[in-house]
Amino acid sequence: MNPIVLFFHKTGSPPWFYRFSGYLIPWLWAIFIVLTAIGLYLGLFRAPADYQQGETVRIMYLHVPTAWMSMLIYGMMAVMGFIALVWRIRIMEVLVVASAPIGAAFTIIALITGSLWGRPMWGTYWVWDARLTSELVLLFLYFGVIALYNAFDEPRKAARAASLMSIVGAINLPIIYFSVEWWNTLHQGSSFGSKGSGIHPDMLWPLLIMATATKFYYGANLLSRARLILLKQDNRKRWVQELLAKENS
Amino acid sequence: MSRQSAPTAFAALLRRDFLLAYRRRAELLQPLVFLLVVITLFPLGVGPSPKLLANIAPGVIWIAALLASVLSLDSLFRSDYEDGTLEQMVLSGQSLALIALARTVAHWLVAGLPIVLLSPLLAMWMNLPDAGVPVLIKSLAIGTPVLSLIGAIGGALTVSLKRGGQLLSLLVFPLYIPLLILATSAVSAAVVELPYTGQLGLMFSGLIGALTLAPFATAAALKLSLS
Repeated sequence: MNPIVLFFHKTGSPPWFYRFSGYLIPWLWAIFIVLTAIGLYLGLFRAPADYQQGETVRIMYLHVPTAWMSMLIYGMMAVMGFIALVWRIRIMEVLVVASAPIGAAFTIIALITGSLWGRPMWGTYWVWDARLTSELVLLFLYFGVIALYNAFDEPRKAARAASLMSIVGAINLPIIYFSVEWWNTLHQGSSFGSKGSGIHPDMLWPLLIMATATKFYYGANLLSRARLILLKQDNRKRWVQELLAKENS
Repeated sequence: MSRQSAPTAFAALLRRDFLLAYRRRAELLQPLVFLLVVITLFPLGVGPSPKLLANIAPGVIWIAALLASVLSLDSLFRSDYEDGTLEQMVLSGQSLALIALARTVAHWLVAGLPIVLLSPLLAMWMNLPDAGVPVLIKSLAIGTPVLSLIGAIGGALTVSLKRGGQLLSLLVFPLYIPLLILATSAVSAAVVELPYTGQLGLMFSGLIGALTLAPFATAAALKLSLS
């Protein structure tokens, strides 16, 4: 068989996925911890304070990567959900479901750090500004997916419903984003663009390191959660029983 | 049994839904009465000052329309699901998206269109200036079909759940946001005699987008609920 096709068939099989992710997870956690330590050190101690915003700019090293992750994870959920529904790959359904709480957590962190940053800068914790509002709406979309998943008794049906909901939400997300932006804007524009970034390297590096670290966190947490969901779903199947027998012996 | 052509099936479904709606007239009125009650609560809650009411009128009327629409969406597929009609529809060999579209169109005609027709009364209650009234009617005429189309996806997803109503609102309200923003800003713009065709145009493009995409999502959700 074609090695690529073989790889997909293998990853689609829960026992293989369980073993493979078991090897991967410690590495992902380790890289996440090292990168976060470096990123936080550079960001909190070495990077210069902003000439306008002073020390408060350091919230950026947490706020911006988590906000990016909140959007990236929803996008990932839609892509994985599409794959799950079209090719009926069970691992993908599980990954969609496992992604939702992580995405929601990143969204909450982005909202909290954002409002702590907003207090000294704008003089208020919360404004109905475009980006804040669309981030809040994104949180509600995550809650919708999580609530829908929990509402079904049958786990596979629940996962497929959650996949469909993430696709519908992802189609609407840009529309929500642009409509809210057009409605009201106070948030500073993005400092990244097609013409390169307008941000100094001393501030850019910790930011990029933190952004990479959050991706490893997502990977590690996602695989751990997916393994747990698989074990729960398959607890009567042979591979889980064999696994348990091996653990107990 | 020979398969009916798509337009025949579509017309048959519409006829059936109208007949069902006519037989359950009281049930149909509920969302509309709900709409009137919600609108009545606002002057009582924020005070009867005509100026204040005029300011919040577009938002209040539109939010009440959203609530009323979600209220009626919960029952969109439910009785068909419970008595097995939905399964027969899936087995009929007709495209499920077409069936979903027919149900959605029927839903709009019996639940959305009355809101549009009621809107002049609501505008008068909320003291909306005359310049805003035609735009409010237009925005509701363009917007309520989108509410039905998007809401049908949520209705189809939650149809197999015993208590789908609350979940349905959690699922669809975030998706309604762009519509709410565009509609209320169009009406507010019309009140101060600013151009509003841009907003209505965007809403119309949303309607066309929802009309082309939403039935397929609804069909997928129905299939999923029946699996």
